[in-house]
Amino acid sequence: MNKKNTYDIILSGVGGQGVLTVAAVISRAAIKEGFTIRQSEVHGMSQRGGAVVAHMRLSRSEIVSDLIPKGNADFILSMEPLESLRYVEYLKPDGKLITASKPYMNIPDYPEIQEILDKIQALPHSTVIDAEHLAKEAGSSRAVNMVLVGALAKELPLQDESLKAAVEDLFSRKGERVVEINLNAIVQGKNAG
Amino acid sequence: MNDLLVLGDEALALGAIDAGLSVAYGYPGTPSTEIIEYLQKYSQEHDPDLIARWCANEKTSYEGAVGVSYAGKRALVTMKHVGLNVAADAFVNSALLEINGGLVAAVCDDPGMHSSQNEQDSRFYADFAGIICLEPKNHQEAYDMTREAFAISEKFKIPVLVKLVTRLSHSRAVIKRAEPLKKTDNGKASDRLGWMALPSLSRKNWQSLLEQQKYFKEYSEKSSFNSLILHKDFREYGVITTGLGGNYFRENISDLDYVPSQLHIGVYPVPEEKIKKLASAVKKIIVIEEGYPFVERMITSILSISLPVHGKLDGTVPPSGELTPDNVRPALGLAKRASQKFSDETLPGRPPQLCQGCPHTDTFTALNNAVAHLSEHIVTSDIGCYALGALPPLSAIETLLCMGASVGMARGASEAGRKNVVATIGDSTFLHSGITGLIDAASTNTDMTLIIMDNSTTAMTGMQDTIVSSPRIKEIVLACGVSPDHLKEIKVLPKNDKENTEIIKQEISYHGLSVIIALRECIHIIGKKK
Repeated sequence: MNKKNTYDIILSGVGGQGVLTVAAVISRAAIKEGFTIRQSEVHGMSQRGGAVVAHMRLSRSEIVSDLIPKGNADFILSMEPLESLRYVEYLKPDGKLITASKPYMNIPDYPEIQEILDKIQALPHSTVIDAEHLAKEAGSSRAVNMVLVGALAKELPLQDESLKAAVEDLFSRKGERVVEINLNAIVQGKNAG
Repeated sequence: MNDLLVLGDEALALGAIDAGLSVAYGYPGTPSTEIIEYLQKYSQEHDPDLIARWCANEKTSYEGAVGVSYAGKRALVTMKHVGLNVAADAFVNSALLEINGGLVAAVCDDPGMHSSQNEQDSRFYADFAGIICLEPKNHQEAYDMTREAFAISEKFKIPVLVKLVTRLSHSRAVIKRAEPLKKTDNGKASDRLGWMALPSLSRKNWQSLLEQQKYFKEYSEKSSFNSLILHKDFREYGVITTGLGGNYFRENISDLDYVPSQLHIGVYPVPEEKIKKLASAVKKIIVIEEGYPFVERMITSILSISLPVHGKLDGTVPPSGELTPDNVRPALGLAKRASQKFSDETLPGRPPQLCQGCPHTDTFTALNNAVAHLSEHIVTSDIGCYALGALPPLSAIETLLCMGASVGMARGASEAGRKNVVATIGDSTFLHSGITGLIDAASTNTDMTLIIMDNSTTAMTGMQDTIVSSPRIKEIVLACGVSPDHLKEIKVLPKNDKENTEIIKQEISYHGLSVIIALRECIHIIGKKK
């Protein structure tokens, strides 16, 4: 875990995949750690199965822009491989791309998946995670987004207690079992890659 | 007091609550929807005396809010930018009334058209009506300015417009709340002469609004939201920023060799003296404003000296779309930041689409089948999820203009002599402003078929309840003058496709006005009810 003051993170996926839930967990945990946060979301038309992106900025000092400048992101965290590539020019030269491996194919011209994975692996720093498999291991295939939270969280100075508290805040009304599965999924994500 | 992580919309809602808001009205529209949603939740959880309601459209919302003001209480009305076009009659005329309880219009613009048909800039409306406009650049200002908006509305007895943009409406940050005010009650307006827009009275009220302009300017000039920072040792250029443009400028400051003088404008009418002061300290001005070149166009007439002004008008700043930390860099003489790239940047797009199992897909499929063999046909459409029926593979609709236009356009096309004209509209949009078009068509029994795609919700904006439940839409259609013989209801499911296609075919072939109500709940509200 390093001790930078600012983290810029692009979260990407397809409308309905739970990008905003990932953002909600990370930002709640970051606030508990004393970070200032800014989280720019997409609501409205694009949420209907279109490409969605959220800009999340964590900082120990003031954040002025809601949007991350291109070339400034430390991480891209994507629910889906094709969507991860859409925002590569936001990555810093030494930034890292993390994506779930399973494609979300709701368009007729989705490229060959191997082509996409090759492009991802050609980047200086990338991790492709079989998040669906790990989510099942954690107890539910629906916890894919929490596996990704785990994969990102290990790169950030976020304590386990803060993540746990964030998950409890967001999911306790859905019952203990959901909280437990989501926490398991975060652990799976942390151990992956 | 409390530190809260909120959307820009929610910061505005909280500002209104803490200013002693009594009633809020609005019509859902991205990116403004979350304001009323937050107020409704707040009312349920904390304050049952706070009224927050969805209305039929933005005009009825605005009129309701004016009524609250007349009665003496503080009112908020919310809408997206194009909604202000619908409410414009009430809005512009309300500037001539002697506003009693504070009246604030929260209008959310959508530069970049994330979820809209245009990127019109609401500052022009405030200017047109001759009132004060506040434009927050961050969440704390959204909260603070909304509180202040109520105070100045009552001080100057005018409606006040608070303008947000998508990027602020839908971004989250932490705000600090100040001590909340209790709900105020000024009592009913004491002088009815200030509340009747009769020509004889309006002449006086218009004169008085014109005389007030100097006080609005004085207020704007003194406001700390209009902040001028002069760096007298660097005169090459100065910057005027508005809205989020101010943030994107600051985001790039660390890359500049010299920091230029900057005037940030958040309160309108524009602070002319501050603009003159900036101009006297620099050799040229670069204007970075979110929205249209509103300030930029005024500068030359404000300055007595001739000074080069660069911005959206000469393309120094991109004239369309939203500003970003990246696209303002060329205006500041900065190159692109270093970033990563991959060799082949051609990725297929992923546009939004109708959800799996959406009832609109079945309606459009049946409609496409029904018109497939006709020698000519026209299908007009409207604002809502079903606008996605424009895209392949459905490609079902031909026109899209504004809320309710499908009905009026179909009537016009039919009266122009075209055959087999069909209008498609959702239930909420029909209630918003399709009804009046239907009354027109019924008055002449125009040869057209209106399909009301009733999914029992306002789906595109996130499943707000419609104000009239499904069974009553039928009664409204009949009351508009549609013949009961040509009002049909169909249940849209893939298995009914053949039958539905036949019914649509029949009604299209009828030479007169038909209405077909295509019924099935949005899949998302079925999920919600579980």
